[in-house]
Amino acid sequence: MNQPIIEIRDLKRCFGKKVVLDGVSLTIPTGGVFGLLGGNGAGKTTVLRHTLGLLAAQSGSVRVFGLDPVADPVRTLGRIGYLSENRELPEWMRIHQLISYSQAFYPNWDPDYAESLRNMFELDPKAYVRALSRGQRARAGLLVALAHRPDLLVLDEPSSGLDPVVRRDILGAIIRTIADEGRTVLFSSHLLDEVERVADRIAILHHGRIQLCVPMDQILSSHRRVRIRLSSAVSRFPTEGIWIHCEGSGHDWSVVAEGEMHDIQTEVSRLQAEILTVEPMNLDDIFVARTAGKPLTAEVRS
Amino acid sequence: MHIHISTRDGVPIYLQIVRQIKHQIASGILAPGRELPSIRELAENILVNPNTVARAYRELETVGLVEKRRTAGTYVAEGPSPLARHEKVRMLSERMDGLLAEASQMKVPLEDLIELLHQRARAFAKKPPLQNPQDQAP
Repeated sequence: MNQPIIEIRDLKRCFGKKVVLDGVSLTIPTGGVFGLLGGNGAGKTTVLRHTLGLLAAQSGSVRVFGLDPVADPVRTLGRIGYLSENRELPEWMRIHQLISYSQAFYPNWDPDYAESLRNMFELDPKAYVRALSRGQRARAGLLVALAHRPDLLVLDEPSSGLDPVVRRDILGAIIRTIADEGRTVLFSSHLLDEVERVADRIAILHHGRIQLCVPMDQILSSHRRVRIRLSSAVSRFPTEGIWIHCEGSGHDWSVVAEGEMHDIQTEVSRLQAEILTVEPMNLDDIFVARTAGKPLTAEVRS
Repeated sequence: MHIHISTRDGVPIYLQIVRQIKHQIASGILAPGRELPSIRELAENILVNPNTVARAYRELETVGLVEKRRTAGTYVAEGPSPLARHEKVRMLSERMDGLLAEASQMKVPLEDLIELLHQRARAFAKKPPLQNPQDQAP
């Protein structure tokens, strides 16, 4: 039986009075790349820190490799490679010291692989961590996260604030990691282009809840932008059922629908409306539609 | 083999790979017997998930445009493929469907559209052909 690599059930977390996670449930299968999407402050980092055992669940549960990462850090953290958003590294070390220091933590550390990554990333062994550029710091962090060939690679906003060349390195590292059979990558991002390129599955986190969790190849085919004309004007369009998001007024509305084409046709004829156009959507537009405000309720004007 | 991926217009990436390879086979850029890059190589090169490349290759194999040989390696199928013609027709049909949809939206009748097509064909014959838009930089 294929056990999920991460299983989160009804996780809640408050910081002071602020509710950051409001009942998050998430199952991440073993193998492949899982993209966690959400705007700033959506709680992505908080979810990731729970999977690393850096935060304990206030309520609900978190299991990684079937284990509680807080109760059993040795058997979980040793199998995880982690690159944090701020890429905290010991500032006073030189690169060669960082490598031998990190090696001590991981029984599976592969010195040859570490050396080949160091070469590929053009990291000078004598350079101090504190003197590294943003891009070189990200590469050093990636080296530490990858060189023990972890079963699970967790990357928190890995590309944020980096130039395209370093972003290529990071995407390349994700691709090579899962090209080695059976490994799993979990990464958070708000750069939807790279999410679409590398993720097998995505989840959208919004207002502390999972709004959507689907295979990547389903999300594009299941969302469409439909322009419709109603036979009688309404001041608000009913965003319920297959309708996710709407813009417009009176008779003419541009609506985002989730469902098969025949579902859309059924709903449109039920509304006594006419379809003007149907367009595919890119991930950016779907994300915006999925996270824009709260659903509106129907308010039909006669 | 050159593949360009765009995530702007909502076309799934595996489909972009399938279409571009089909196009390159139909237009002769990829000759029969030519070896395609390995899944991992292409994935790292165009920076997409290897599973996506694998899915595109499977699809091309199903329609007989490429074949797996020996243990590894994917090759453009040998011999004149009837599918190449079929594929050309399919690609043109796709473009024409778009044209028909636009004409219908602008309330241009089919006869006018056909007449317009003839006019354009005459004008097209007089000037050097345009570059293939797919070969241009985005």
